[in-house]
Amino acid sequence: MFTTALIVFRETLEAALFIGIVAAATRELPGRSRWLTAGVGAGVLGAVVLALLARHLSDWLDGLGQDLVNIGILSLALAMLIWHCVWVSTHTRQMVSEARRLGQSVQQGNKAPLALLIVVALAVLREGAETVLFVTGSLTGNADTSPAAVLTAGALGLLCGALVGLGIYAGLSRIPTRRVFSVTNVLIALLAGSLASQLARALAQAGFIESWTSPLWDSNALLSQDSVLGTFLHALVGYDAQPSAAQLCGYLAALIFIYAGTRLLQPSAAAR
Amino acid sequence: MIRHSLLSALTLTAMLFAGSVQAVDPELLLIIKNHRFEPIELKVPSGQRVKLLVHNQDPTPEEFESHRLGREKLIPAGAKVTIFIGPLKPGRYSFAGEYNEATAQGVVIAE
Repeated sequence: MFTTALIVFRETLEAALFIGIVAAATRELPGRSRWLTAGVGAGVLGAVVLALLARHLSDWLDGLGQDLVNIGILSLALAMLIWHCVWVSTHTRQMVSEARRLGQSVQQGNKAPLALLIVVALAVLREGAETVLFVTGSLTGNADTSPAAVLTAGALGLLCGALVGLGIYAGLSRIPTRRVFSVTNVLIALLAGSLASQLARALAQAGFIESWTSPLWDSNALLSQDSVLGTFLHALVGYDAQPSAAQLCGYLAALIFIYAGTRLLQPSAAAR
Repeated sequence: MIRHSLLSALTLTAMLFAGSVQAVDPELLLIIKNHRFEPIELKVPSGQRVKLLVHNQDPTPEEFESHRLGREKLIPAGAKVTIFIGPLKPGRYSFAGEYNEATAQGVVIAE
């Protein structure tokens, strides 16, 4: 019972943090709740489909099908996050400053930030598929636990995960509007780094890269990845107690790319 | 469109790689049965990548998880999956089935 709730919570945590941060970053956009719900809904739907296909996917490509799907999802989510950080946020800042200069209220139009919508859907899809598989497995496989108990535990885990997401949203919402963008931008950039690190690990797991795959250090003694804080930091900023060189390079490359890209686009925005 | 061709390029590369590495990396079979791993201890050569073939013979899914190996992979009921591990330094690397942690425990011994 407790383990079921805990496993569902762990799976939910990352997606919930994602949604919380994205919700805070887009606080002032009109129709935000609507497209955010659409993103989550699309993710849940995709998760169910992916869970149904899991058995077939796993057998693909000599047992690597699942990794390939995972790599595809991670790559797409990473591309979307980088695009958002470099292009959309620079563009938004320019619009905001122009609006301020002209003494107008910020008019973002009705365009939903598509990149973030996709990222939210993909985060739900990735974690959701595993949750669906785990819960349905527990429902059919264990004779000694009642379906009601499994579902209650699952719902409890989901609720706890959602509460953490809500918590980070509430925390970020206390930051004054003027500064909230810089904070959420940093958080989104770190999420991108985390995805890049996970991508490097997925590539090693599937055998696509062979070099730089051994752990560089072990900080488990300092902060165990299984601890509450370790789990939280893993979901939030991609903390890994034993990162490989490939993971570290991916993480740093994503951050440097975002930083340099944002810097490069900024002067042209100011010159206009 | 670009995404699609990228994906197919990735698939193609994957197939090429999957084909080429098969002959080189030592293979080991790991079976999941009654929420336990068989064998419990896997001896692998150090300094060399190893191809782990995991066959889940249970009617429930399992997640192979090891922070020490830096691996995490879902194995649906009845499925056979491949997990590449290493190259490892000599030592013991514990792994577990996340969904049945009470019983599903094992260790990779690199020597």
